[in-house]
Amino acid sequence: MNSRLKWRPRLTDGTAPVLVVLAVLLVALAFAGPAYSEPAGYLALLKRAAPLVILAIGQYLVIVSGGFDLSVGSLVTAEVVIAARLINGDDGNTVWVVALLLGFGVLVGLVNGLITTRLLVPSFIVTLGMLLVLDGAVFLWTGGAPRGALSESFRVPGRGSLEIPVLGQVPWSVLILLVVLVGAVLFMRGGTGRTLIAVGDNENAVRLAGGRVDRLRLLAFVSSGLLAALAAILLAGFAGVSAQVGRGLEFRAITAVVLGGVLLGGGRGSVVAAAAGALSLEALFSLLKLVGVSGALESAVQGVIIIAAVAYAAHGAGLRQKLRIRKPAPALP
Amino acid sequence: MSEVVARLDGITKSFLGVPVLRGVDLELRAGEVHALMGENGAGKSTLLKVLAGVHRPDSGRILLGGNEVSFATPRDAQAAGIAIIHQELNLLPHRTVAENVFLGREPVRRGQVDRRAMVAETRRLLDWLGEDGIDPEAGVVRLPVAQRQVVEIVKALSADARVLAMDEPTAALADHEVELLYDLVARLRDRGMAILYVSHRMREVFDLSQRITVLKDGAFVTCSPTEELTSDQLVRHMVGRPLDALYPERPTEPGEVRISLRDAGNDRVRDLTFDVRAGEIVGLAGLQGSGRSAIARAIWGVEPFTAGVLERDGEPVRIPNPRTAVRKGIGYVTEDRKGEGLALRQSVRDNALLVRRAALRGQAARRASDLAALLKSVNVVAQGPHQEVRYLSGGNQQKVVLGKWLAVRPNVLIVDEPTRGIDVGAKQAVYQLLRDLAADGMAILMISSELPELIGMSDRILVMHEGAIAGALPAGASEEAVMGLATGHGIGEVA
Repeated sequence: MNSRLKWRPRLTDGTAPVLVVLAVLLVALAFAGPAYSEPAGYLALLKRAAPLVILAIGQYLVIVSGGFDLSVGSLVTAEVVIAARLINGDDGNTVWVVALLLGFGVLVGLVNGLITTRLLVPSFIVTLGMLLVLDGAVFLWTGGAPRGALSESFRVPGRGSLEIPVLGQVPWSVLILLVVLVGAVLFMRGGTGRTLIAVGDNENAVRLAGGRVDRLRLLAFVSSGLLAALAAILLAGFAGVSAQVGRGLEFRAITAVVLGGVLLGGGRGSVVAAAAGALSLEALFSLLKLVGVSGALESAVQGVIIIAAVAYAAHGAGLRQKLRIRKPAPALP
Repeated sequence: MSEVVARLDGITKSFLGVPVLRGVDLELRAGEVHALMGENGAGKSTLLKVLAGVHRPDSGRILLGGNEVSFATPRDAQAAGIAIIHQELNLLPHRTVAENVFLGREPVRRGQVDRRAMVAETRRLLDWLGEDGIDPEAGVVRLPVAQRQVVEIVKALSADARVLAMDEPTAALADHEVELLYDLVARLRDRGMAILYVSHRMREVFDLSQRITVLKDGAFVTCSPTEELTSDQLVRHMVGRPLDALYPERPTEPGEVRISLRDAGNDRVRDLTFDVRAGEIVGLAGLQGSGRSAIARAIWGVEPFTAGVLERDGEPVRIPNPRTAVRKGIGYVTEDRKGEGLALRQSVRDNALLVRRAALRGQAARRASDLAALLKSVNVVAQGPHQEVRYLSGGNQQKVVLGKWLAVRPNVLIVDEPTRGIDVGAKQAVYQLLRDLAADGMAILMISSELPELIGMSDRILVMHEGAIAGALPAGASEEAVMGLATGHGIGEVA
């Protein structure tokens, strides 16, 4: 059985539909706009989507283990505001500030995770509280308008490109995204990743199998915080400083994950599909812009998608079960 | 002969071209308990659902009191006087008994729900059943499972049911509650109800039913009065072959001591002193709540011992949590397969590897070919290693649980109700597997509330009573001896 070597979309994981959706959107883009007549257009799309895809990967880790992370949007804002203030336009500050930003992301994830696992507060509430705390702190600190400025070197990962033979100019953010995605796929395929999904499915069974459920959950929150910090760095480089930069990103990431067929409540779904969900969402917004739909409609569209995706998942599960009834089961090889 | 209330005539039903029922006949008579037997997948549930209006038969007729009927929805069946008591009870826990009984059919008076009439009618039905101990105004959440079942039955009665179909009604009950249910079923029968009773438990069927119908692979095998069948014949009908040796031979000489308790105890159990040796199966008997499972959970670090000594291979050890137990080579097949044993949405493969990944990360990586060999050794029947375990039968799920432990090669295995809810063919496979493991040197502690199985499998039996060991019995002890010790009177033969 070599299926462990190949990733293949599986109906039972709910991964197949999102790939179809993504393919349709990408083809539609080619028809809708001249910018997508060559690879550069798609590369630009990937670059725009990179922060959201990275956030979605972090969100996936939390959701699949049975939680939610609503704090990532305001964490992104906080990170960007902190970066501008501390760097203050000086290239010499870039390196230590990046390290500090990543550390701050880990810290927020750690607090989220510890309160969820030790104090047994549902993660929905913990991270909602964290969202408000971070929002308030940013407002208090900036008084509404962020101060300081980013350095040129800080903005390179978000908007710079690397000259790669054959491929030409490849954005740094796309390369970073690839590294994160490959890392996440390898992690999810390994024993710890599989156990993380099992935690979302039945944490009792994992605990009684000798697993450290709390540590695994903590790991998910910390990863989500760290990835949010990374997304913030890319986003700041790409879009610059504002106190609204992260607004609503938590729901966008959750929408992406759900669109990827990941079960809310945990226990089912693939990280590739979650990433594809994020990319689909970004592609959809690009398409809507191209055909002239108002940007104001984005959140409405997102609302419809999240409801439809969950409804499809619920309905689909029933349908799949019906199809399974008494199929003859041959013995295992 | 009493009146035929309901008759199913040549019922067939297929799903996606796979026949599940192939021309089944069934006659339900007033004042008779009719048992429906068959292995898992024989079509019992589907037949029940046809009767209940959940599925429409492809062909065949349903006759009620001689008239042909057809049900478009479960509501139609209910209106026609057919009630089904499902394994999982459908009650709203935070409403009262009376509110549950009249759920969706509340009597109305002047635009308001007539609570007084509801309570009065519920009380009348409870009295009629001889269950006047239940308060119609009590919240269901506070009732024990057995009484909730009574509420379900009253609900059926209040809808004027004449046919009552019960799907494994004892599966969720403790031993003493089972007796109460027996009484209740007998009373319903004596009051003229036609009862269809689905169960895996041989003893129940022989105690309760007047007639037995056996299905196999969706086909009708036989229907005969209970008194004309022996349990051997019944098993043969169900399995289609004789089960001459349900329990394998006990060949082995026990080896060295693997687990040893000296005056061990905690809040639930006390003064436990016994050994389990390599190669032997030690049975733990006792009534529900006697501390059988508490011993397993204490050894395994879920609720650790607070007194006495636990020795592992002769060394005193402390096992404060399951992770330590796993790392010390102890496996534990819990009683609650779905709640504690499996992650149901995960694949066969992920479940089989769960313990290895969760507790022993980095140790002894197993290749895919090893996994295939492992699943083969426990004989799991599935579409492939990627099938989700929730789609497997109970027996195959249990084999996956066993495989999950064998994957880490423990040398002590605790099994709690290893054959609960699985059919007789799968039971035999589990027995053989456990015996083979013992022959290879595994020390096995087996807990079971099915006495024939415990006696058939164990090399020694320890009987628990109120948290302590009431006595030890040798292999092949009688059920009376075990029950005598378990209930606290009668000393039985002492080993």
